[in-house]
Amino acid sequence: MDFKFTEEQEKFRQEVRDFLEEEIRLGTFVPKPDVWMTAHSLEFTRKVAAKGWIGLNYPKEYGGQGRSWMDRLILTEEMVRYGAPTALHWFGDRQVGRSILAYGSEEQKRELLPKIIKGEASFALGMSEPEAGSDLASLKTRAKEDGDYFIIDGQKVWTTGRDRNYIYLIARTDPNVPKHKGLSEFVVDTTLPGVTIRPLVTIAGEEEFNEVFFDGVRVHKKWMLGEKNRGWYQIASQLDFERAGIERLMGNYPLFEAIIKFAKETKRDGKALSKESSIRERLAQLRIELDVGRMFAYWVATLMDKGHVPNWEAAMCKAYSTAFEKHLSSAAVEILGLYGQLVSDSKYVPIEGMAPHSYLVSKGYSLQGGTTEILKNIVAQRGLGLPRE
Amino acid sequence: MNFALSEEQEMLRTMARDFLTNKCPKTLVKEMEIDEKGYSPQLWKEMVELGWMGLAFPEKYGGAGMTFLDMAILLEEMGRACLPGPFFSSVILGGLPILEFGSEEQKQEYLLKIAKGEKNLTLAIAESDARYDAASIAVKATAEGNAYVINGTKLFVPDAHIADYLLCVARTGKQAKTESGITIFIADAKSPGISYTVLKTLGRDKLCEVVFNRVKVPKENILGQLDKGWDAVKRIIERATVAKCCEMTGNLQQMLDMTVSYAKERIQFERPIGSFQIIQHYCSDMLTDVQGARFSTYQAAWRLNEGLPCTKEIAVAKAWTGQAFERVNALSHQVHGAIGFTMDHDLHFYTMRGKAAAATFGDADFYREVVAQEMGL
Repeated sequence: MDFKFTEEQEKFRQEVRDFLEEEIRLGTFVPKPDVWMTAHSLEFTRKVAAKGWIGLNYPKEYGGQGRSWMDRLILTEEMVRYGAPTALHWFGDRQVGRSILAYGSEEQKRELLPKIIKGEASFALGMSEPEAGSDLASLKTRAKEDGDYFIIDGQKVWTTGRDRNYIYLIARTDPNVPKHKGLSEFVVDTTLPGVTIRPLVTIAGEEEFNEVFFDGVRVHKKWMLGEKNRGWYQIASQLDFERAGIERLMGNYPLFEAIIKFAKETKRDGKALSKESSIRERLAQLRIELDVGRMFAYWVATLMDKGHVPNWEAAMCKAYSTAFEKHLSSAAVEILGLYGQLVSDSKYVPIEGMAPHSYLVSKGYSLQGGTTEILKNIVAQRGLGLPRE
Repeated sequence: MNFALSEEQEMLRTMARDFLTNKCPKTLVKEMEIDEKGYSPQLWKEMVELGWMGLAFPEKYGGAGMTFLDMAILLEEMGRACLPGPFFSSVILGGLPILEFGSEEQKQEYLLKIAKGEKNLTLAIAESDARYDAASIAVKATAEGNAYVINGTKLFVPDAHIADYLLCVARTGKQAKTESGITIFIADAKSPGISYTVLKTLGRDKLCEVVFNRVKVPKENILGQLDKGWDAVKRIIERATVAKCCEMTGNLQQMLDMTVSYAKERIQFERPIGSFQIIQHYCSDMLTDVQGARFSTYQAAWRLNEGLPCTKEIAVAKAWTGQAFERVNALSHQVHGAIGFTMDHDLHFYTMRGKAAAATFGDADFYREVVAQEMGL
C-alpha cells in the first residue's frame, strides 16, 4: 500500500504544469471549466503532440511513449485542472486510438496511430441514435456490404464533436441476428460524400454535439475496425476507457478554484464570505468529495497498470464523479446568491459567469458517456454479482 | 500509488477474519452487552497469544514490531466482527500514546503488561461540552508537593470501569480554555477519589462518567511535558480517529456484504429482489460509499504510519466515513426490509455501533471545519 507519487511522477506533473502555465502566459488559451471536450485549438493540440503527450501510453512501436496509465492520469489531471482546450485530440487519445490498437489491422494502425499521436487526426463519436440511447445495441444505422465497400445509411445523434476529421462509427452489418451480434465498427472520413453534419444546441448554448446523416456513404472495407459483427464486444472496452477518466471529476475544476477565491476575497458585513459557516461547510464538503473522487480515479489507473480492464470500476468512478461535478456547479451558483444568475459578460457578473454556465452544462454530465442509471446497473451486476432481470 | 494490501497483510486480514468469525460470534457480542466487564477473558487470552495487543509495539517492549498500518487491518476486522472489549482503549488510547510520548521508565512499566493483556488502559478527555478541543478542558490538576491533585468530571470514557490506568487530560495552567497549560496524567484507576458510572449507550459499549475527587497522581506519572501536553493530545486523537475509521470501514463493509447476500436470496414477485433496478442502484451507491471510506481511511493510516503530515487526510476520512455510514446503513435497512428491524437479525449491531462511532473523536461537522481551515477559508 502506498499513497504517494514517485519522484519521477512528481517531476512529470510539474513539467506539465510548467508547460500549461507557459501556454497561458503566451495567450494560447484562457483557463475555463468544461472545455476538455468542447474547446478547439489546433495550435494547442499540436504543441501537446510535439511534447509526445498524445498517445503517452501507446506502445513505442506505433509512436507512443510506452508510459503508464498513471502517467497519463497525471497528464490529463493537469490538463483539466488548468481548463485547457484539448477537444481536438481527446477522443482519439482516450478511446479511438485504443480501439485501433486493440482491434485495428496493421494498415489501420500504421495509417491512423501516427496521425493521432501527431495531433493530425481528430475524432467524433458516432454511437447514439434518436431511437438508441442507453439501449445502444438497438441502433439501426445500416452498413450494407457491397463488394469492397460498405454502404452506410442512417442517422446518429449526440455525435461529439464538430469539425472533426473522422467519425468513429458503430453500425449494423447484419440485421438478421440478435441485436448485439450484428454490429461492426468503422472509422469514417467526414469529408466522404453523403455525410451531413448538423449541430445541436445544448441548453448551455454549446454546439459541440451533432446530428449526423449518412446517405449512401461508401466506406472502403479497410476502414472496418476488427471483425465484422463483433462490434458490440469490441466497443465494450472503449466505453470503459471513456468512463474511467479524471475529466469526469475535474472537468469544471477551474470553477472550484474560482468560487473559493471569490469566497475568500468578497466581504459581507465586514467579513469574508468564506468565514460564514454555511459557505465554509459547503466548500469543505466539496473538497472532501473531490478528494475521495481523486482516489477513485487513481485507483482505476493502478488497476489498468496491472493489466486489468476496469468495467464496473470505471462505471462507479464516472457515476460518482459526475455527481460531484453537478454538486460543485449547483453549489457555486447558490453561494453566489442573486449574483449567481448573471451570465457571460453581464454588468456585475462574478467569476466570468462560470457558475451558471457550468450549472447548465452539468445537466449533461450524468447522461453523456453512459447515463448514471446504466452505470449503476453495471456496478451492481458486474461489481456485486446481482442478477439481471 | 498502490491501493492493494501486501501478501503478508492479506494473510493477517484473512487470519483475523477467520479467528473473529469463529471466536467472536454475535452470541458473544450480545452477552457482552450486558456483561459487567464487557469482554470475554478467554477471548482476550487468545488475542494475547496471537500477539494482537502488542502488534505495533517494538519487540523490546513485548510487541511484534509491526506497523500501524498492520494494526489498521486488524481494527477493520474487529469493526466487522463488532469485537466487544477494551482492545481499542488499551492499545490505541493507552499503549500507543505511551509508546510515542512516554519516558523510558514509563514504556518499560506499561507496554509489556498491555501486550500481555495484563493491564487495561483508557483515555479520559471529553467533558460536559462533549468536544475534543482544548477550550473544553476544565478538569483541573493542581500541584501539591510531589503530586498533582485532579478534580472534575470526565464523560464518555471507554472501559474506564475496568481500567487499571486512566490517561487523564487535565488543565494544569492558570488560564482557562487555552491550549497551553494542559497536561496528560497516567492515573491509577483504583486511586481513592475516583468513581465510575457506566453510561447506557446506543453502541452498547462501556462508556463511563469518571468523577475525580481530589485524586492524587505522582509527578512521575505525567506523560510527556507539564503544561505542554496539548500537542500530544492532538496526536493521540488523530491516531484514535484513524483507528475508529478503520473499525467503521469494517462495519460498512459487513453491512454491504450482508445486504448484497440478502438481495440475492430474498425472493419476492417470483424473483430475487436484487434483480430490481432500485435495489441494484442502492447497492451500487453503498459500494461507492464503502470504497470511499476504505480508500480515505487507508490513505490516512498510511500517511500517519509514514510520519507524513496527515491532518487533512484524517479529516477527510472521518468526515466521509461518518456520512457514508448513515447512507449505507439507511439503505441496508431498506433492502433488508422488516427482518433487519428485529433484534434477531445482526444488522442492528452495525447500526448502533456505527452511529456511535460517527460521533466519536470528532464527527463530520468537526472534521469539515478542519478541512475548511486546511483550505485556508
